[in-house]
Amino acid sequence: MNIEGKKAIWKDYQKEIADDKYYYVRSCVRQNFFPGSETAFLKIMREELKKDVYEHPCHTSCSGIGYHSDIVPVETTMTIVARQFAIMTEAGYENLLPSCITSFGLYTEILDTWHHFPEIEEKIRVQLKKATGREFNKPKNLAHASDVIYKFRKEIAAKAKFKLINKNTGEPLKVVDHIGCHYAKMFPSKGVGGAEYPFVLTGMIEEWGGQIIDYPERRHCCGFGFRQYLVQANRGFSIACSKEKFESMKPYKPDMIITNCPGCPMFLDRWQYVINEMEGKRYGQNGEGIPVFTYEEVAGLVLGYNPWDLGLQMHQTDCEPVLDKIGIEYSPEDKYNTKINVEYSKNHNLINV
Amino acid sequence: MGKFGFTISKGRQIDYDSNDRSIAAYIFEREPSFRLCIECGGCSATCTTGNLTKFSLRELNILIKRGENDQVRESIGKCMLCGKCTLVCPRGVNTRNIVSLAKKAFQLTDGYAI
Repeated sequence: MNIEGKKAIWKDYQKEIADDKYYYVRSCVRQNFFPGSETAFLKIMREELKKDVYEHPCHTSCSGIGYHSDIVPVETTMTIVARQFAIMTEAGYENLLPSCITSFGLYTEILDTWHHFPEIEEKIRVQLKKATGREFNKPKNLAHASDVIYKFRKEIAAKAKFKLINKNTGEPLKVVDHIGCHYAKMFPSKGVGGAEYPFVLTGMIEEWGGQIIDYPERRHCCGFGFRQYLVQANRGFSIACSKEKFESMKPYKPDMIITNCPGCPMFLDRWQYVINEMEGKRYGQNGEGIPVFTYEEVAGLVLGYNPWDLGLQMHQTDCEPVLDKIGIEYSPEDKYNTKINVEYSKNHNLINV
Repeated sequence: MGKFGFTISKGRQIDYDSNDRSIAAYIFEREPSFRLCIECGGCSATCTTGNLTKFSLRELNILIKRGENDQVRESIGKCMLCGKCTLVCPRGVNTRNIVSLAKKAFQLTDGYAI
């Protein structure tokens, strides 16, 4: 691999990311999968970086999950998205900051559609006005939450209490990055680094001390694919995609996986458990699984947050091996305890315990 | 094994790095006309076995070249070695000899005749 050549290409795919005053829209599935991530993101943005991130209680799902599952028609989706824009406009914000990769892809797709077909935009404006009495301005800047963390990666590194370095060997942790398909595969110019060389997670990991692994199936989908998973009869295809990736990355002995999509950490994490149950295979070192993190969780760990406040107890492939390697102290007794001393229900058959 | 209501689908990717192409190499060495095949399917069209079963010599040639030997093993025994395919081949490939050599190569590898 010619590293210099890749870095030169990455330079051509930079995008404009707003500095401050963000209007944050959450992911509908993420709060169930890894609920600590969005909380950690808001904490990092507001308390560490002192940025203005506004979140309106009336915003909804972008309906992208229904659109990509062939359930919600595109005009309905566009009207729902127009309502999100209307609430943003009413709140006085112009920089849209979606937490979800599919939302990001959908907003990009809709804005691009309206750019090429202004008559559709007019039609949606009329529909929204009739349905809700609202009007909207289109966002001036659209950046995914991982873009913003990427933008402020150096500031986070400056405040870091830990680095992604194995404390026993002094070597950087070997990290696999996995970018959501809807981030840059649909509109390469809208992602940092484009579709072939997305740099958004690589930039964070390299800044925080880790080493990125370039492996053959690096750009392969995690397998979620909406209908591939949502229809039970298709789940064999979903898990086969994840397995393809695990088989491909295993020889490079990764310590952890970092993702920027709601579905990818879910499936790369849970499918490891299912493959272990079905075939008895694990893909990490010493018979362990490979812990999977969201970028907010990694940023939180680097900043020294308590792993259980980040929601790492929700992972099926346990994260303790990575915490031990970095040297993060944690209390195993508190893993399933809430702050009001009510115990969480525990996952069963965990990997790495 | 846990019951999940589904199983892991097998990949249909053709992996040239892990496939065993020794059978193809054995044939290429002894029957150079194998390289001339343009996969037109004339052999399959005239094949008596192919008219009565799913057997296809064109498919067989492709599978041998790819090194997907398990599928070749399953179907090669259906060939009756009548030689009609050789007569119609527009490239003059000795298809009959390819089948004979493949069977011989499998016999050498597996230790028994197909």
